[in-house]
Amino acid sequence: MSVAGNSTAGEQENKVVSDVVIRFAGDSGDGMQLTGNNFTDATAVYGNDLATFPDYPAEIRAPAGATFGVSAFQIYFGSEDVSTAGDHLDVLVAMNPAALITNLKDLVIGGLIIADSDAFTDKNLARAGYKSNPLEDGSLDAFKLLAIGITKQVIAVVKPYGLSHKFAVRCKNMWTLGLTMWLFDRSRDEAIAGLRKKFAGKPEIAEANIEALNAGHTYGETAELPSGVDVYKVPAADVAPGVYRNITGTEALAFGLIAGSQLADLPLVFASYPITPASGVLHTLSMQKHFDVVTFQAEDEIAAICAAVGASFAGSLGVTSSSGPGISLKGEAISLACAAELPMVIINTQRGGPSTGLPTKTEQSDLNQALYGRHADTMLPVIAASTSIDCFEVAIEASRIATQFTTPVLILSDGYLSNASQPWRVPDVNDFEPFPVKFETNPEGFSPANRDPETLARVWAKPGTSGLEHRIGGIEKSFDTGDISYDSDNHQKMTDLRSEKIDGIAKYIPEQEVAIGNNSGKLAVVGWGSTYGALFQAVKRSRDAGLDVSQIHVRYLWPLPSNLEQLLSSFDSLLVPEMNTGQFASLIRSSFLIDAQKLNKVSGQPFKISEIQEAIKAQMESVK
Amino acid sequence: MSASEQKIAVKDLVSDQEVRWCPGCGDYAILKTVQKVMPELGVPRENMVFVSGIGCSSRFPYYMNTYGFHTIHGRAASVATGVKLANPKLDVWVVTGDGDALSIGGNHTLHVLRRNVDLQLLLFNNEIYGLTKGQYSPTSKVGTKSPSTPDGSLDMPLRPCTFAIGAGARFVARSIDTEAKHLASVLVRAHDHVGASFVEIYQNCTVFNDGIFDHIKDKKSAAETRLVLEHGKPLVFGKENEKGLRLNPIALKLEVVDLGEGGASEGDLVVHDETNKVLGQMLAELKSPEFPVPIGVLYCSPTSPYHTVVYEQRETVRESKEAADLNALLRDGHTWEV
Repeated sequence: MSVAGNSTAGEQENKVVSDVVIRFAGDSGDGMQLTGNNFTDATAVYGNDLATFPDYPAEIRAPAGATFGVSAFQIYFGSEDVSTAGDHLDVLVAMNPAALITNLKDLVIGGLIIADSDAFTDKNLARAGYKSNPLEDGSLDAFKLLAIGITKQVIAVVKPYGLSHKFAVRCKNMWTLGLTMWLFDRSRDEAIAGLRKKFAGKPEIAEANIEALNAGHTYGETAELPSGVDVYKVPAADVAPGVYRNITGTEALAFGLIAGSQLADLPLVFASYPITPASGVLHTLSMQKHFDVVTFQAEDEIAAICAAVGASFAGSLGVTSSSGPGISLKGEAISLACAAELPMVIINTQRGGPSTGLPTKTEQSDLNQALYGRHADTMLPVIAASTSIDCFEVAIEASRIATQFTTPVLILSDGYLSNASQPWRVPDVNDFEPFPVKFETNPEGFSPANRDPETLARVWAKPGTSGLEHRIGGIEKSFDTGDISYDSDNHQKMTDLRSEKIDGIAKYIPEQEVAIGNNSGKLAVVGWGSTYGALFQAVKRSRDAGLDVSQIHVRYLWPLPSNLEQLLSSFDSLLVPEMNTGQFASLIRSSFLIDAQKLNKVSGQPFKISEIQEAIKAQMESVK
Repeated sequence: MSASEQKIAVKDLVSDQEVRWCPGCGDYAILKTVQKVMPELGVPRENMVFVSGIGCSSRFPYYMNTYGFHTIHGRAASVATGVKLANPKLDVWVVTGDGDALSIGGNHTLHVLRRNVDLQLLLFNNEIYGLTKGQYSPTSKVGTKSPSTPDGSLDMPLRPCTFAIGAGARFVARSIDTEAKHLASVLVRAHDHVGASFVEIYQNCTVFNDGIFDHIKDKKSAAETRLVLEHGKPLVFGKENEKGLRLNPIALKLEVVDLGEGGASEGDLVVHDETNKVLGQMLAELKSPEFPVPIGVLYCSPTSPYHTVVYEQRETVRESKEAADLNALLRDGHTWEV
């Protein structure tokens, strides 16, 4: 939390700070995600810029009080540009000992702990591994501690609503929300309206939760709080005017696919199989049937992509979505789509691997799979989203490239982007350039092997079109006729053609720009995907500190932008931070024979700004 | 008259590709019958789509002058599901084999049938892997000697029609490659049935499993070894229709009885009822030599096909919502103005 000065008359006691990081942590059944989302909405309305990081365990309901069952929601908000969920916590809400012990290490010295002392029972303390109660033994003296018997207060407050003990206790997250809303001067109106909507069929539960919310707020106003704990003001951020909403990467991908299919003038067929953390795209699109959208939950990953391939063959935009393990299963069918030259979009919401790995944690380790994870020479366009908002445009870009070049296109997102939300200045979809597909309809001179001489895209003639009946398939096809061909020269020609077509897409994507900094200099921090925010902040802060460092963040991972080699060569040194063991760094080295230093992290957690800053500093010193 | 309204001739359905099955392969006969039947179905040629997986039978689409997609091993049913979902007007045919549909693609066959995707799935069953040079298949009899089972195969074979009925198929039939007339009638029935139509076709592989169906195909013995099913007719067989199938209610199974003096009367016999699933299952289980092998429609009990329920549900949703507007969707829910 950065103190920006004191506020003006009338609010003398309110401290003004420029940014704050709060983490709500509790059992996976404590409703921490809901609390965080409500706080996020209120913060967005307040006008702060923000970024969130929901972090939850793979277990749906882990045993109460278990450290492995702690679910957390972090929000970073401020009056300036916020592009990550923040490094260190200013406020930690710990609903039990397990939540405290697993999150305390991230709290700044002097930070505020809000704890439910009722949950610090002997049993819960022992389960979390505490020998004595940290709320009482002085071990938290370096922090500001607000230990409140939240559970008992909540039970008393909601008693008039006649809820069972179980439902009464569940209201404690709203009590906590009320207290934190008081602490940061947020409005409760949205949360109250949201509760009434969520529990429309159960008004007693809605009202009990609202009562708990208000009680938490009142507690802040009236209770004797430790010194230094008071209302903080975080002034609104200076942002461009417009209509805003919060959006997660999942929603942005789903909406972007609808936009992409509309711009391509195609129906959307989305076929998928549930897998964490990718399922949200299927859920979101399933609710959009009033658009020209058909969703299909297939029996497995293979059936899902095959149905998407079939849909594309039949003249729709076929899309499938999964996470790394599911993409592995789809590999053979992706190659079929490459061989048959059908447009389609494949989304990989990456998670920690290998195998089941860390299903709910984030990683960028499927880049090599995206680039090379198929049999034979089957390069395809790969593009990566860098923020939750960026998912929208990336989905449109994938639709454009797929349909304009008759190729499968792979989108890389990740668990962090899929769950994290950002305020989004909602665009007008009419501002996007349409790219309507022109299906072949003329039988004159038709062959399934016909292609656009410029883009090399194969002709797309859909079943149902009279006079264009033809066969396609996975067997090698004659360059001239599209008929099956085992001719060796033809196979060479077709292999060259397929790769030339994909390489040629570089002419139809934007040139690489520098995200922050200059087009040349001592050091460029080169990244891709969801590390964008941390890299941006780290480079910005390093530049503010006088270092000659710039940020280059690559969206088009294959083919690479045509000026990228020249741009990277203009720096004395490159630092490539990635949440894998160095896959993009290897791509840079192998593509351009340029040295690139790796900075890698695969802990299931995003990079901290400070980690990047330190690496920048160290590399600047080593290249001196 | 537009091209699509003109009557299709058989020759219009023959593609310009040289057919590359082994000489004498049963696939030739099936291809010819399909090409002969298709013009009778009242479907414009441009709406016909043949989808296949991998295997000898899966070359089929290349020889049909319709839309065709030769896909990957085992997945034709899934690709076809996507085709039908994207454009329900298309008349979709899946051509597959015993390995393609029941081994590598077993899962998709199960699900395309239970979903009742409106398509015809023609399973050419030759009880062997042909294209990979003769390994035993999931329908091979126990003891089948093959390159991968030189001492005889050990695992129990699957019975395709039993599998299909078990998976929830609403149309299950069986025919024989070279019985053009019978096969044609079964294909017409399969096409008339709206929903997933499963047709097992006994198909002779001359190279790796020659003659396994001879006892059923041989004109001399056929009357004894086949049971030609007709809805509403008693289950009779034999040269003089002198035998029949009766239900043993105690053992709960079918048994062969002789008709005539000293034997059973026709009134004792089971009358074929295509809509009876239990009877369909019993018929699917009948094996040579104890029983004649049923051919024809074993089971037919239509229900709504998948694309219909999908699009109907979409219509219902649409009626309850405002017209689709992406700008409105993006601004739906909680927004604020700066």
